[in-house]
Amino acid sequence: MSGIQYQSGKEPHPREHRVVFKNVDREGWDPSIKTYMGDGGYAQLEKAFGMKPQEITDEVKKGGLRGRGGAGFPAGVKWGFIPPNNEKPVYLICNADESEPGTFKDRYIIHQDPHQILEGMIISCFAVGANLAYIYIREEFPEGARILEKAIEEAHAKGFLGKDILGSGFDLEIYVHRGAGAYICGEETGLIESLEGKRAYPRIKPPYFPAAIGLYLCPTIVNNVETLCHVKHIIEVGGEEWAKTGTPNNTGTRILCVSGDVRKPGYFEVEVGKVTLGELIDDLCGGLKEGRKLKAVIPGGSSAKVLRAGEVFKVGKGENERELSIEDIPMDFDTLAACGSMAGSGGVIVIDDSRSIGWVLNNINAFYAHESCGQCTPCREGTLWMKKITDRVVAGNASPSDIDTLDAVARNIDGRTICAFGEACAWPTESFIEKFRDELISDTDPELEGAIVNPESLVAATALK
Amino acid sequence: MSFKVPKTLEKEIDERVTHYPVSKRSAVMPVLHALQHHFGYLSEESIEWAATKLELEPIQVLEVVTFYPGFRQSAPGKYHIRVCRTLSCAMAGGYKLMESLCEKTGIDRSGVTHHNPVAVSPDGKFSIEFAECLASCGTGPVCLVNDDFHEAVSDVDALLNQYS
Repeated sequence: MSGIQYQSGKEPHPREHRVVFKNVDREGWDPSIKTYMGDGGYAQLEKAFGMKPQEITDEVKKGGLRGRGGAGFPAGVKWGFIPPNNEKPVYLICNADESEPGTFKDRYIIHQDPHQILEGMIISCFAVGANLAYIYIREEFPEGARILEKAIEEAHAKGFLGKDILGSGFDLEIYVHRGAGAYICGEETGLIESLEGKRAYPRIKPPYFPAAIGLYLCPTIVNNVETLCHVKHIIEVGGEEWAKTGTPNNTGTRILCVSGDVRKPGYFEVEVGKVTLGELIDDLCGGLKEGRKLKAVIPGGSSAKVLRAGEVFKVGKGENERELSIEDIPMDFDTLAACGSMAGSGGVIVIDDSRSIGWVLNNINAFYAHESCGQCTPCREGTLWMKKITDRVVAGNASPSDIDTLDAVARNIDGRTICAFGEACAWPTESFIEKFRDELISDTDPELEGAIVNPESLVAATALK
Repeated sequence: MSFKVPKTLEKEIDERVTHYPVSKRSAVMPVLHALQHHFGYLSEESIEWAATKLELEPIQVLEVVTFYPGFRQSAPGKYHIRVCRTLSCAMAGGYKLMESLCEKTGIDRSGVTHHNPVAVSPDGKFSIEFAECLASCGTGPVCLVNDDFHEAVSDVDALLNQYS
């Protein structure tokens, strides 16, 4: 990485370890294939064609690459779920529907380094035996879609796509498919339904995961943009070597996106688990704003359970048990899970003491109420109830018992829906109430207990008279 | 005004449909995007045209149109603005951005509902709606004007002047 110049003012922080983001904000860099190949681009593709598909999967497994989209599931294991006796076509989909609030990493890869995605995808398609692949990109990246289509055209012209790629006998076509503003399309089965031209209603799983029955009822691998990019780098150095970055079971680098109340919000590619939350905020992001104190952090996209400043977590078992303050948490998959939250999509939202917790929760609830696909009743109805109740909290029209109702609504969604959106929409409310109940109660008015304050119920009550 | 899809647009759409060799139905979103890009919104005629093109029932197209927030059934302004509403942008002033954009363009959002989220200025030049997370949380507040992305928007006049 030495010798690479970055644009003035956009240089990576010394704590960063740029792999996937190597070319982001690079001086003299552009998204063309000429620039990419001038920097050794597509060399790993040639190397991969010299390997057997199973060997590629084995390297990815050896690297321990965990999905960067949210769930952190090992990518190589996911690939291995394709039934061994499969005779149907296999499809691969790059999930570029980046829409988890707080996450903005794929945007920069797509806009600045599209060929890295394509190289990772072509290698992955070869590994899983896919001859047709799609990039499902969110509609709000119109420029990104054009850049990817141009990149595909360029890759075609160089013989990296199409028939008999580089004389390997392997055929592949990649197409860009634009979404239309629905968050649920980031859920892999919702995405598949959407790609089939339907409403993005997620499918019931288990028993059949997309790797067994996916697009057009054929085995389908859905991987996040960042995950697919890592495949290229695993092939470059080998799984074992790649796994030396990061920490055990939390290997490699990942891009953390920080927003909210810090001096310098932005993206930081770091070795997984090598930077703590405190270092991320104070060192990489320049600390909190003048005179402000930390109140809360949402560590992995808005669905992740909130962490409260001053909380102490017990992690590890037996001899390894230790206490961690919120600042001490290493930003990896396993520790954040042990602290009751998740690394999710890498979107870290920092909240200082100038913010009202009721207002923050209400903003999040409005998001989920808007984005629920409507397939399962608890989620369709519950997300709107949660929004309406926190609307009242913000307006000062809520009674103390509304907070219990809010909690009950959330707990009746979580675990009672087809897809993980149920948890995603309930966890913020559950965790905010658990950790900030006093503040939420203080925003309510005990005199309103039992009163009809919802304008819609007033209308209904008037109509009934 | 009679509904007509220009030859060039139809050619572009036909090419898009070839990207889905397994199922024509998969092409419904790209076909709708192309029609919306050309006409500004999706009329009943557009929906029926898409259905005929893809050998679907019109309801199979309509259910897609009504599901996705990115598809509109009413005409927007010449410049359609989407302001990010979600947490990080809201913390950076997303709601204030919406307010000042409405004030400067004379847009009244009081009639906006979940199913009719778009409000248009009296002169028809601008329309506006809130969008959920535009995935640029580190540079809020952000908005899209047609296909142009604008981040860290602080000068509303300078932004609007680019579209006069």
